[in-house]
Amino acid sequence: MPFEVRDEGGRSRVRVHGRWTVAEAGSIDASPGALPSDSRALVFDASAIEALDLSGAWRLWELESGYRGAGGRVSWMPSRPDLLAFIDQTMAGEPEAPAHAGPARTGLEGALQDVGQAAVQVKEGALDLLGFVGVVTAGVGHIFGSVKRLRLPSVVRHVYETGLTAVPIVSLIAFLIAVIVAYIGAQQLRKFGGEIFVVDLVTVSVLRELGVLLTAIIVAGRSGSAFAAEIGAMKLNDEVDALRAMGMDPVEVLVIPRILGLVIALPVLTIVADAMGLVGGAILSWYLVDIPFGQYIDRVQGSISEYTFWVGMIKAPVFAVLIALVGTLRGMQVRTSSRELGRLTTVAVVQSIFLVILADAVFAVIFMELDI
Amino acid sequence: MAAVIEVRGIVNRFGQQVVHDGLDLEIEAGEVFGIVGGSGSGKSVLLRTMLGLQKPVSGTVRIEGKEVTGQPDRALLAVKRRYGVMFQRGALFSSLTVAQNTELPIREHFPMPDGPLRHLALLRIRMVGLAEEDASKFPAQLSGGMTKRAALARALALDPAILFLDEPTSGLDPISAAAFDRLVLELQRGLSLTVVMITHDLDTIFRVCNRVGVIVDGRMITGTLEEIMKNGHPWIRDYFHGERSRASQQQGQSDG
Repeated sequence: MPFEVRDEGGRSRVRVHGRWTVAEAGSIDASPGALPSDSRALVFDASAIEALDLSGAWRLWELESGYRGAGGRVSWMPSRPDLLAFIDQTMAGEPEAPAHAGPARTGLEGALQDVGQAAVQVKEGALDLLGFVGVVTAGVGHIFGSVKRLRLPSVVRHVYETGLTAVPIVSLIAFLIAVIVAYIGAQQLRKFGGEIFVVDLVTVSVLRELGVLLTAIIVAGRSGSAFAAEIGAMKLNDEVDALRAMGMDPVEVLVIPRILGLVIALPVLTIVADAMGLVGGAILSWYLVDIPFGQYIDRVQGSISEYTFWVGMIKAPVFAVLIALVGTLRGMQVRTSSRELGRLTTVAVVQSIFLVILADAVFAVIFMELDI
Repeated sequence: MAAVIEVRGIVNRFGQQVVHDGLDLEIEAGEVFGIVGGSGSGKSVLLRTMLGLQKPVSGTVRIEGKEVTGQPDRALLAVKRRYGVMFQRGALFSSLTVAQNTELPIREHFPMPDGPLRHLALLRIRMVGLAEEDASKFPAQLSGGMTKRAALARALALDPAILFLDEPTSGLDPISAAAFDRLVLELQRGLSLTVVMITHDLDTIFRVCNRVGVIVDGRMITGTLEEIMKNGHPWIRDYFHGERSRASQQQGQSDG
């Protein structure tokens, strides 16, 4: 302990020594010992203090007030450190309020509360999305009213950023997925002697499902997160309020160009992915089951109906709207902190991928009912 | 008195643009030193250089005798514990409460139990004139003046000997600015701080600064207020002898 109490007959001497700084403040035990029973006079001897800063002085102040509280009459030699007087000033007038947390929760109560809060959040999230869809629809309506409101340069920029720059990764992934499907298909179909149907398998699965679905998932990861982060950072920086204050509608300026850009870019990317998937299928068919290129093309023509390509393509704009809506909505929801920005960006990606897959399932049911 | 901060022959260049051209500066213990200069004269660059956040093209900065320039971060740590910085817009961590913001540097450097940590943070929060209930607020819930005070509380977390303030009163109304100036003076006296502030606010200069340094033409002209006022450089004359300045002087004298 950096202080000792000695009984000196009639008074106690508290000898304070050593370092009292922020480095030691945590380890000093400033609870006063028992007062010697026969005397209430205390002399604090500060002459051996090596270093004292505000944090150390705080512990010293606590010690001093501890003794005062126990009825001690405190005096100092050679003199009371100035920092103590400064703390007196700071603490004057305000009673010590204990830092209180909320009432403790029991296990069951806490679990129920969490479930309830989560349920309320889900409801609010759904309402937010619905409201946002409404606002955006109204905004699109305005654009039809006056073409001037369509911000073409902004739309073009987003087509470039979400579409053109995604071509390499989308191509590569579509190609690899087609290779995987062809490979597994060839292995399985060989058992029935139906290797030639590898072509059908690759063509139909890529054109109907895999091309558009994989493209949408990649775009959700790339652009959904970018939308949320861009708009979220603008919110944190008051840029969205600035737009509003200048009489511009943030939905019109920030949200709709992103949605339109993605609605244009995603179908184009899907065509690229379809083409690369068919190329991958062609190479693997030639390599695994010796189907020459010309025969592959004939076989592709034979396997598809007039709808096959369009069944895939029609999903692309729907997925695009979902991804862009969720990304921009989550960005707009960022309000106060950078942590929120990170959380909502994550939510944007996870939710848009989920919604894309959900929508794909709905499409599958619809197409089955329509017998396409 | 020994120089706490010693800047020698600092040169900073960005491309063709020369910001500092052999800038010298000495700040002594216990001073309140104001750095003044036109927009783009390199006040913030000088501050970043003194903090060791920016490496100058040439020249040295010493804080309490220890060289800051060109040192690896690890070596700078001991120096960094000796100064606190209040950034212009607070730079409070938005995901932490005011109390957590203040606790953060203490927790990082001096591990201690939560109880004392909380108390040390609350002491500082009170010291800068915030109420205890403000401690649990997030930066987004604070007004401009409260943000500055919270930032000051965090700057004082490690009991620094030197306090750097970047535009402490910018964005505050004159009454809040005056209150903030008083607070800085009180803390400077109570904690025996050396204060270095960048400011545009003439009121603040007249109220709190012992000495002033003006950056003109990439160099620094230092002196007491009277000396600087007598300086014949056209920018300094315009700055200190404009209409705004006369009002501030009168007010500063009546305040002081």
